Amino acid sequence: MTSDFHPQTARRSWGRVIEARHDVARPGSPDEAAELVSRLPERGTPGLPIGLGRSYGDSNLNPDGALIETSRLDHFIGFDPDTGVLRAEAGVSLDEILRVVVPHGWFLPTTPGTRYVTLGGAIANDVHGKNHHLAGSFGCHVRRFTLARSDRGVLDVAPDTHADLFAATIGGLGLTGLILDADVQLVPIRSAFIDQHVEPLRNVGAFFDIAEVRAADYEHTVAWIDCTARGDRLGQGVFSSGNWAASGALEAHQAKAGPALPLDAPGFALNPLTLRAFNLVYRQAQLLKPQNSRVHYAGFFHPLDSIRDWNRLYGRRGFYQYQSVIPFATAREATRDMLDLIARSGQGSFLAVLKTLGHKASPGLMSFPMPGVTLALDFANAGDKTLNLMAELDRIVREAGGHLYPAKDGRIPADMFQQGYPEWTRVEALRDPALSSAFWRRVTS
Amino acid sequence: MTETRSPRKVLILGALSAMAAATARRLAAQGSDFVLTGRKADALEREANDLKARGAASVAIQVIDLVDTAQCDTVMDQAFEAMGGLDTVLVFYGILGDQSKAETDPQEAERIIAVNYSSAVHWVLAAARALEAHAGPSGVLLTASSVAGDRGRRSNFVYGSAKAGLSVLMQGLAHKWAAQDNAPRAVNLKLGFVDTPMTDGIAKGGPLWAKPDDIAAIAERALIKGGPNVYAPWFWRFIMLAIRVTPSFVFNKVNL
Repeated sequence: MTSDFHPQTARRSWGRVIEARHDVARPGSPDEAAELVSRLPERGTPGLPIGLGRSYGDSNLNPDGALIETSRLDHFIGFDPDTGVLRAEAGVSLDEILRVVVPHGWFLPTTPGTRYVTLGGAIANDVHGKNHHLAGSFGCHVRRFTLARSDRGVLDVAPDTHADLFAATIGGLGLTGLILDADVQLVPIRSAFIDQHVEPLRNVGAFFDIAEVRAADYEHTVAWIDCTARGDRLGQGVFSSGNWAASGALEAHQAKAGPALPLDAPGFALNPLTLRAFNLVYRQAQLLKPQNSRVHYAGFFHPLDSIRDWNRLYGRRGFYQYQSVIPFATAREATRDMLDLIARSGQGSFLAVLKTLGHKASPGLMSFPMPGVTLALDFANAGDKTLNLMAELDRIVREAGGHLYPAKDGRIPADMFQQGYPEWTRVEALRDPALSSAFWRRVTS
Repeated sequence: MTETRSPRKVLILGALSAMAAATARRLAAQGSDFVLTGRKADALEREANDLKARGAASVAIQVIDLVDTAQCDTVMDQAFEAMGGLDTVLVFYGILGDQSKAETDPQEAERIIAVNYSSAVHWVLAAARALEAHAGPSGVLLTASSVAGDRGRRSNFVYGSAKAGLSVLMQGLAHKWAAQDNAPRAVNLKLGFVDTPMTDGIAKGGPLWAKPDDIAAIAERALIKGGPNVYAPWFWRFIMLAIRVTPSFVFNKVNL
């Protein structure tokens, strides 16, 4: 049986702002996937590889073009429990990987805030996690991958075989070819639990005072910031740090996600992470003293995964996510300015995530992480009002020498992207001519 | 919540079916042994590697066209030898075929019947003999049939008639084993709409479409209890009940 493209109307990304028609194919094997890629030029419209569709904006949309879903490229190829080297097809999710490797005492080298992304997507967006200050991004741990291109066939890509393609594909947003499979070096763990330390932050200044100290003592750090607090309490929140527990069961998370949201909530509803963290902030702020606890990795790393389809909480108009990173030199002032702007606007989610990113460089040409401080938060889509606020935030980010995360973005102007990612021209030169996305057409125009 | 599930020694006929693969993954996590059969060596190899990484104790493959029934008993014997036992046989192979072509081309009709029914009779009976000999009460024979066999409908009645035959075969086998001490169990899944490569091209979506892993979860449970007929998912029992009791003068006006 060969795979083919079938029309699908009303396809949306995770933020659900844009709805578009695509021709969608779900190849059943790597061979079929490579064959579909090779047939793209004769279709006349560009194609785009897509995993679980968790990118928020338009980097995983290709309106009126083709999408090649990797959902059936979901096979493990090999896992060596002695060395922790995993080879798997690109559509295998991080969720599946953890279920297989955790009982053997291994973990992903780094994990984003959700397990529901694919291996291919993790590479194409060069995702990062709470341990970025030590581990770097996902791409730092990728040994090699197989790439299917419309113009060059199937290539085995490693730093020593195709250095340019390797660098362009990590963080390359799926534009340099369809990743068929990849090798990742996992990290050993002694238990599936994290010893967590949570402490209150009086204001954004307190974050900058302790972030570096905690990063020296803890493998995982992140802060939740209350976006509504102003004045002396601007940027109040909690700082969470964690290290892998030295002992405890090696039990993977539960196989099934929690209940799905059956339908769209009214637009005023809140992101559940927001509510959860919001409560945490206030409980902690009241106690005003640090707390230690032992928590399972799923609750620590993936708090949102317990509710499937939480994105529908933002209602029919969807939402934007805004994620910036600002270099350390300008981060303190710029972060204060951004939080002040957000607090005064009254828009945005109640909670933002603030974290320091470290100095370990990614091999990727268009990798988002750089040494500095990253801020992430949601904005319910309220039309121009929301776009104007984000444009003001853009101005602060640009002046501070920062850039935004393509996986989260659905609207920045081309000049801002090009200024933030000067290596984009090298990726464009290595792009598969038959692949493109709404995001790429927008930021390269 | 979940029963403790022990490793099995599993022969899969039609291991390249999406539902077979999903079921095998669940059984692999329990450390089961496998013999996988199907027509394509490289595709079987791919499944074997996947199952090994997911915890299978051993995986052997056998390339065979299951329409060829000359080797049924040999395959059972070889599976028994490869795994040092045999307690589970899963029959997942099948084709949808082309109904309108079958109505004008006897070869297409013959192909649909041969794949979905007449060859399956040989495999089911051979598996029954093997499980009686090797597994006794711990043995399970599970087949994947279809709700299409519950009432003939204009859109797929050749396929439906073959699946009806398979369902009755399994029903009879279950009846026979129910009367015996220490006999294996026979379970027949009656599948509704499942989102697999076999059904690509049909407009999908909506609450009636199940994912292969949904079916795998039902199959995994059916290996322990239930049957002989298990609707997958459960709501098809009531849909098909409604379809079966609909009087002809109404049914005939419905395009199904």
